[in-house]
Amino acid sequence: MHKIRWITYCIFALGLLSGCGKSQKLVDIGNEKQILYVANGDEISDLDPQTTTGMPEWRIQRALFEGLVSRDPQTLEVVPGVAERWEVSDDGKKYKFYIRANAKWSNGDDLTADDFVRSWKRSFLPGLGNQYASSLFVIKNAEAFYEGKIGFDEVGVKAVEPKILDVELIAPTPYFLQLLSHHSAFVLHTPTIERFGALDERGTKWTRPENFVGNGPFVPYEWIPTKHIALKRNPYYWDAANIKLNEIRFFPIQKSTVEERMFRAGQLHMTYYLPRDKLEYYKTKNSDVLRSFPNFATYFYRFNTTIKPLNDLRVRKALAYSINRQQIVEYVTKFGQKPAYALTPPDPNSYVPEAKMPYDPELARNLLAEAGFPEGKGFPKLTIAFNTTDEHRNIAVAIQQMWKKELGIDIGLENMEWKVFLDRERQMAYEIDRASWVGDYLDPFTFLEMFTTGNGNNKTGFSNQDYDELMRASALETNVEQRMALFQRADKILVEEVPIMPLYTYHWNRLVSTSVKNWHDNTMDYYSYNRVYLEK
Amino acid sequence: MLKFIFQRVLQAIPVLFIVALVTFIMIRSAPGGPFDEDRNVPPEVIKALNDRYHLGDPLWKQFFDYVSNVIQGDLGPSFKYPSHTVNDLIAAGLPATLELSFYALIFALITGLAAGVFASLRSNTMQDYLPMSAAMIGICMPTFVLGPILLLVFGIWLGWLPVAGWGQIPGDKVLPSITLGSVYAAYIARISRGGMLDILSQDYIRTAHAKGLSTTRIVFVHALRGGIIPVISFLGPAIAGLLAGSFVVESIFQIPGLGRFYVTAAFNRDYTMILGCTIFFAFLIILCNLLADVLLVWLNPKLRQELDSRG
Repeated sequence: MHKIRWITYCIFALGLLSGCGKSQKLVDIGNEKQILYVANGDEISDLDPQTTTGMPEWRIQRALFEGLVSRDPQTLEVVPGVAERWEVSDDGKKYKFYIRANAKWSNGDDLTADDFVRSWKRSFLPGLGNQYASSLFVIKNAEAFYEGKIGFDEVGVKAVEPKILDVELIAPTPYFLQLLSHHSAFVLHTPTIERFGALDERGTKWTRPENFVGNGPFVPYEWIPTKHIALKRNPYYWDAANIKLNEIRFFPIQKSTVEERMFRAGQLHMTYYLPRDKLEYYKTKNSDVLRSFPNFATYFYRFNTTIKPLNDLRVRKALAYSINRQQIVEYVTKFGQKPAYALTPPDPNSYVPEAKMPYDPELARNLLAEAGFPEGKGFPKLTIAFNTTDEHRNIAVAIQQMWKKELGIDIGLENMEWKVFLDRERQMAYEIDRASWVGDYLDPFTFLEMFTTGNGNNKTGFSNQDYDELMRASALETNVEQRMALFQRADKILVEEVPIMPLYTYHWNRLVSTSVKNWHDNTMDYYSYNRVYLEK
Repeated sequence: MLKFIFQRVLQAIPVLFIVALVTFIMIRSAPGGPFDEDRNVPPEVIKALNDRYHLGDPLWKQFFDYVSNVIQGDLGPSFKYPSHTVNDLIAAGLPATLELSFYALIFALITGLAAGVFASLRSNTMQDYLPMSAAMIGICMPTFVLGPILLLVFGIWLGWLPVAGWGQIPGDKVLPSITLGSVYAAYIARISRGGMLDILSQDYIRTAHAKGLSTTRIVFVHALRGGIIPVISFLGPAIAGLLAGSFVVESIFQIPGLGRFYVTAAFNRDYTMILGCTIFFAFLIILCNLLADVLLVWLNPKLRQELDSRG
């Protein structure tokens, strides 16, 4: 009896431990078979580049599609994509793109200029609900077509020959080529889309791996929601011979702690984020795998300039001048961010804003007194609204304390669930709230355009005619230096009028295995999988 | 018995309807819509999207259209994942959730019953106190504490088991199943100990002892059938709890189950996904409870007689 019992216990224990042993590392398998394992933040909503807007989708679409132009991941310069070259007219309004003779779709079809015409037509169909349609309104008559006033024949996009595409703009747009590397300008295989529904029908099954046709270096072969999306090499890609990766697997991991753990256990080649409290460890103990680089994005606070006392410039200045941004990035966010004193983040290639919001508590106190609130007396109780994350809360608490200490005012905090926050912001039902903005292309216009009068992303009530005029002028200016001077003046107006209070420039921190070669980080977080390979 | 099952199925219909109605009212009362984003969405885009998903219709019409589709087995399109229907997403996530719950249940039953029966045979000795104390700890320790501890020890320090994933690396199902099942193992241990102690004090067990039957035979042939009846009645709520509790474990271990869709659907205001998951889980829980009750009736002759006498 005793023996039987012990045998039973042993079998049970063995059963529990079955499968144990040193666990297999996906990274080792990947290195051997050229399979890249990537953490991708969140589950993607879809693969359609004309209906999606998020970063997780964009990271995958980069591997599945290619625009007329591409970008060098090291320098972010515009380089040939599907178009091997292009010509620009002297007035900067007409472009002629020469599409590669060997450009093909993943089903073997020839890729022609007409594919671009049909794809862009789709992106302007109002029924599609393409949120980025307006970014291509720089094309002649695109907006009028979108509004249903004219036919597509009058839009400035023409296939003049099977492999030559002509594009006419309404004004010289210096960042136009950059726009073409954005997902909203990618070319789509419209016959495939039409096989599963109307051109302007969202969410049809054309993006499913079994139906998908793209023109990028990879094609999807398996998509299991919340598990992974797996891509394999596209043999018809024009540069397929130089693609070294065989597969890429994207894992939708929402928690940075989970991805860091998976990275440590050899289940991922690269993470999307890094847990904040792990940064110091990797900096000091394992810096080989740490990638730390600035992001073309700004964290700022919005002031509702339509309500008292925030409609008083002196009050807004007092609030903005009493914030020690250096302390915020050093002691609160602690993730490598740099203090921001103007809206536009420094662009490593050219533009650094000259205007700076000062840190001057003495001046701030005087301004507040001038506005009728000496030492903060009589200042109404305002509230900082933020959506639920520890970081937003910590920053809000730090700012609350700085305002209390420097200005003697009490500010409340209001934590909101994300959609509630957006709803309140949309209705201008806030006093002060947190905000952020990520540049779509490497040009100050992507930030500064936001605060023009009536812009849907303004959300502050700020309106300044000089500012609007500067933005209009920048769209017409072809001289780079003069254009940058216009942006300097616009940034200065924002600093002087203080509808917003910039706090810091974002910073990426992520882990990349040393076996990943030719992977370049850049301020736009723009990826290219074309030359990446794995080596033990 | 058939009448009993039929009655329970009939009761389930209004329950599911009320669940759907209450959920619909709650989600549509929440501020913010499915297409609100950080970047302003142009009004014409919002209009196009609202038209596509019939969000401009009166609420009562939207609800009745939805219910009539559900009756036909169509839970609608997901707003957040437009190329997938809610049916697709449930079908994609359900296998992992069910599998995880199943393994966790097996783990809970094996360890819980073994510990409970063992403790009952050695009642009020150290061999009783030890497993029961462990069970107490198991009940008190939430999965979001136990999971990371197991991960750290067996995944990171010892490197024996994978730290995340499902069906990708051998052994990646062990830690999540233990994490999810441990609380139920602890409950089952305590319930089965109580049930066994009750049975072991019965006259027929004393008679069996007097007849000279072996302890093994008495326990496994005579006592266990009655002793596990309280465990069987616990199984319905336990399975429901396992399915609902799997959300946390799925998140800790990066398991592609239904939980993540369900939780994020609420944050995304993915109306159809929230409704679909709620109705589906309500259905699943009703089904589990029904199955547990049927099993209970089948195992307990007294209950069967009672049902028969009621006609």
